[in-house]
Amino acid sequence: MTHSPYALPAVVLVSLVTVAIGAYGVRLARTTSDFLVASRSVSPRWNAAAIGGEYLSAASFLGVAGLVMKYGVDMLWYPVGFAAGYLALQLFVAAPLRRSGAFTIPDFTEARLGSRALRRLAAGFVVFIGWLYLVPQLQGAGLTLGTVTGAPYWVGALVVGAVVTANVASGGMRSITFVQAFQYWLKLTAISFPVAFLLLAWQHDGRPALGPPAEPAFARATTVRVETAVRVTVDTPTPVTVDGRPGVFREGVQDLRAGTRVTFPAGAAVPHVEGLAARAGPAWLAPGASGDMAGGHALFGVYSLILATFLGTMGLPHVLVRFYTNPDGAAARRTTLVVLGLLGAFYLFPTVYGALGRVYAPELLMTGRTDAVVLVLPGAAVGGMTGHVLGGLVAAGAFAAFLSTSSGLMVSVAGVLSTDVVGRGSVRDFRLAALVAGLVPLFLALRVSGLDVSQVVGLAFAVAASSFCPLLVLGIWWRGLTWVGAAAGLAAGGGSAVAAVLAAIAGPPLTGWPGALVAQPAAWTVPLAFAVMIAVSLATRDRVPEDVGRTMLRLHAPDALRMRVRPSA
Amino acid sequence: MRSALAFRCEGATTGTLRHVTDRPPPERVRVVLSDGRTPRPHVRTGASRELEEQTGVGDALVRGLVRAQLALALRLAVVVGIALGVLPLLFTVAPGLARVTVAGLALPWLLLGVLAYPLLLAVGWVHVRVAERNERDFAELVERS
Repeated sequence: MTHSPYALPAVVLVSLVTVAIGAYGVRLARTTSDFLVASRSVSPRWNAAAIGGEYLSAASFLGVAGLVMKYGVDMLWYPVGFAAGYLALQLFVAAPLRRSGAFTIPDFTEARLGSRALRRLAAGFVVFIGWLYLVPQLQGAGLTLGTVTGAPYWVGALVVGAVVTANVASGGMRSITFVQAFQYWLKLTAISFPVAFLLLAWQHDGRPALGPPAEPAFARATTVRVETAVRVTVDTPTPVTVDGRPGVFREGVQDLRAGTRVTFPAGAAVPHVEGLAARAGPAWLAPGASGDMAGGHALFGVYSLILATFLGTMGLPHVLVRFYTNPDGAAARRTTLVVLGLLGAFYLFPTVYGALGRVYAPELLMTGRTDAVVLVLPGAAVGGMTGHVLGGLVAAGAFAAFLSTSSGLMVSVAGVLSTDVVGRGSVRDFRLAALVAGLVPLFLALRVSGLDVSQVVGLAFAVAASSFCPLLVLGIWWRGLTWVGAAAGLAAGGGSAVAAVLAAIAGPPLTGWPGALVAQPAAWTVPLAFAVMIAVSLATRDRVPEDVGRTMLRLHAPDALRMRVRPSA
Repeated sequence: MRSALAFRCEGATTGTLRHVTDRPPPERVRVVLSDGRTPRPHVRTGASRELEEQTGVGDALVRGLVRAQLALALRLAVVVGIALGVLPLLFTVAPGLARVTVAGLALPWLLLGVLAYPLLLAVGWVHVRVAERNERDFAELVERS
């Protein structure tokens, strides 16, 4: 694996530009409203690019391609779900939520249902989801800097953590709106531009089959350096050179220590990480592979993933807080449509990296670091000066992804912390809260380096889909919701999802149905949350807020009417 | 924003009048549709007042709007849910589909990797159009009565 000499300067440049635009924005941010929601004066086009920039995280930029390379076509449900989530948001939430006039989900909850206790519960979920989503961003940063420069893991995590914390604490939302709009376009350029070169290289090489009947093989003699200790499965005996000494990989399991150098002859089959079922061409090309990720129950896994991503987007705190920066409800709806187009354009590209990765960077299947395929592919497939420049470009795009998503998450976590936990929402409270919001996930990211980026992000979607999705959908469309019902639903559905997340991350490895239910919990936690919310609300009918009619009018009446309806508070 | 509206209204007024009659065009006036900073004092009558005061009629109006918007969102969600949701089942029941290729791409890859996004975008576009029409209808209903 060669390091592009342009990668480090590109990463430094992206970080500097981020700080610079942030500093420019500071001069404009003067009030708490500026800090939290940019005084609601951001134009739809900027806003849509900023939403797209904020949303395309490590999971989208690196994780999708890595998963496609490993498991094949089933993993395309991740990007489809990430985009479809915005459609669900547009259909059910965007315009009414903007008209509600609240800053954060806890604000909306209190305004709609009038309960301080429920507000605190919602605040707890915002912080949990935010931190769960922040950890893999920081880890992705560590992986990226390690891959492109050979720096130790903690450096990348620390750099992104520090830049984002400082930026958010000093500028708040106003500055990150510009930062994120800029970063959407950077990410789109970084992922799309190299694709033309990759396809040309593939064409030039005679279009080697992406899914050959045999397992992936090394096209030429290849030396692989093992970064972290790994156990691989060998299917066919292969003559190799290990640390300079000739030897043979026999069929079965091989343990490789960190730092080992293995040289494979041209044409040798690629050993694969133990536990990752061999995906020879036909199996990789056809649907059904996601069974590996859901305890062998492929269909359950796919449907659970669809439910989590389609419904989880609307419950992600950093996504919702962005909608308050639209001037009115109709603009919020139109902005979402533009975002849908921007995301669709982006998600056409990671698939190409995942597919070509099997031809040009098959050693990643052996080291298990498939998350790095977007970063190493330009160097491996194109090579030379062009490959180095493209390598620098994708490294810059990846860093933009970590910086923008972490900024958005940190703003919403800090916003909730500063209004609901540590203070009363002054600018000083917000800065203090930003520090706390950044330090906790940084600490976690430095402690646990073994988590899989995309799986953790998927779990965050599952928690959001089982907590805020039912709360928002029922709160906006059903008069009968009571705060008792909402709290019970949050505790039952969201609580089960949180338990599943903790079991998946820290618990013992599970197989069969228990494994499937824990790895992809949304299929049972989302219906549970809806059912409990509705049932308990019906049982506590006398607690339906008296002003629910006024609230409904406020949420749904067209902006043009300028209804003079007071907030319920 | 303000000046653009004023300009367009003046142009339209003079053009139409000159075409219809030979009388000299009426004096130009500045047309301001809405100005957020200085809300004009207005007396609310009819439906809009009933909305604000939450009378039975106003309540029924809002319920009608909410029901229309929810029905629209649910219908479109069902369209997407069926169009995409049936795919995993279809691929399981008929594995032969994975071997069908269109323009060099296997069908599952084409559907999930490319065609899903135009579908989502088209449904979103329909939603914006119809949801805004529902709101216009509601606003007209309120302002007429």
